[in-house]
Amino acid sequence: MSVAEQEIVSFDNVGLRYGTDREILSNVSFTLFPGRFYFLTGASGAGKTSLLRLLYLAQRPSRGAIRMFGTDVITLPRERLPAYRRRMGVVFQDFRLVDHLSAFDNVALPLRVSGVREADLQGPVADMLEWVGLAHRADARPATLSGGEQQRVAIARAVIGRPDMLVADEPTGNVDPEMALKLIRLFEALNRLGTTVVVATHDVHLLSKVPDSLIMRLDKGVLSDPTGALRYPPRRIGAGE
Amino acid sequence: MKKPPVLAGAAERGLSPFRGRRAAHLLPQARLGGPMPWVIAIMVALTVLAAGGGLALANLADRARGELAGSATVQIVDPDPQSRSQQADAAATLLVQDPAVAGLAIVPPESVADLLEPWLGTDDPEQAVPLPALIDLRLRDGADAATLDRLRSLLADAAPAARIDAQAQWLAPVLDALSALGWMAFGLIGLLAFTSAAAVWLAARNALGGNRDTIEIVHLLGGSDAQIARIFQRSILADAVIGGALGLVIGMAAVWLMGAQFAALDSGLVSSGGLQGSDWLVLALVPVGAVALAVLTARFTVLASLRKML
Repeated sequence: MSVAEQEIVSFDNVGLRYGTDREILSNVSFTLFPGRFYFLTGASGAGKTSLLRLLYLAQRPSRGAIRMFGTDVITLPRERLPAYRRRMGVVFQDFRLVDHLSAFDNVALPLRVSGVREADLQGPVADMLEWVGLAHRADARPATLSGGEQQRVAIARAVIGRPDMLVADEPTGNVDPEMALKLIRLFEALNRLGTTVVVATHDVHLLSKVPDSLIMRLDKGVLSDPTGALRYPPRRIGAGE
Repeated sequence: MKKPPVLAGAAERGLSPFRGRRAAHLLPQARLGGPMPWVIAIMVALTVLAAGGGLALANLADRARGELAGSATVQIVDPDPQSRSQQADAAATLLVQDPAVAGLAIVPPESVADLLEPWLGTDDPEQAVPLPALIDLRLRDGADAATLDRLRSLLADAAPAARIDAQAQWLAPVLDALSALGWMAFGLIGLLAFTSAAAVWLAARNALGGNRDTIEIVHLLGGSDAQIARIFQRSILADAVIGGALGLVIGMAAVWLMGAQFAALDSGLVSSGGLQGSDWLVLALVPVGAVALAVLTARFTVLASLRKML
């Protein structure tokens, strides 16, 4: 299998700026491969969220090329973008749960968007809520859930459709260390099923919790490659140079 | 750790539409607003009224033109009653033999006097002003100018005081005014349609603004513009059907009442055939048009707004 066929995402000299301000991201180039677990790290304001927004197709870059699932998504007509977004699960930094929907309906949302029949989604959504430990809060609205519970609902919503790639923006930012580790274990479990996982975090302690993970570091909009994650073939943490 | 649950058959990743009440519940404020059914009801009622009036006027003008198209009046204007009577008889004799004339009737002087009574009083009007003798003429192929000229020539010797006029000519300004009123009614319908579309456009934009966060989330979860537009269409469809039905009832009642009022004047919209069966059917279709207009306006408004998002 060729590299081009294997890669799930590739950024080539991508830059992002808003208006005439300086670039938030400069010359970002990297490749993500299926079934890997990536951490995107960097200080607050380094551009992690902006990079993730490009990754989950919420924004187009100012320059450069982005290919996802073998397709140039920069020139892709916008009416074809939903099909690519459906291949991804996203955990937003601020959760972005729909306030007037219950936890169950929030988790079911991607399936309903995908046209899954009600009869077919009841069981999986209930299972997913049980998996994240929220079966007893299925009818609760987001406003009545704690921060950690909201985070788990957001994660359940992101993974319910078994995405090819999961993108999580600071998914452990609002939970205690114990819950953070539990969430990372959830991502690992999903990763073992074949989903590529990209987790943005500024918590360096998390990086060592996933042994096979690869690390990308952003510093003032410039991406560095401490573990060789951006090169092909990627080098794992702990692997010899 | 327990394995994450796997959706049986995996989630379809096609572009299947949202369906059912669940889709409608996705955007709780997608209802375009409380007053919208009432706005649509008022617009439909006014449109039904305008359409009813326009159709009645058009029918009235068409029917009058049809009736008058083959009619002409011969006036014998002579101050001498005896000469006038003789000329009228001579004219009638000549005219009845002409192949262009389908029939004629000399209007009795008493009838002429009755017609003029409101203006000339009950005394013998002949004493006040000389009244013309009138012949009501029905022509086979219409009262065109060439036929009338030929008949004038025919009567020139036997009835030199005769004047022949097409009846349509007298009423031409009235018929033109009726036509103009009819066109104004249809212009009014156009304006009402435009206003309705504008109201839906504004309401749809407001609803979009109020649901922007949810719409963005649905977009990022892979929802398409068409899916989101369908939710708004569904909402406006409900509002428009309720408003359209209400407006139709109000509009039809108003048209019927107006028709009854005119019928009482013996020149009505209804009893004299102002509105025919097909016209009532057209009026009944007004809310259908209003619903289609509202749904399409909502769809195009939502799609145009969504196109500005990635």
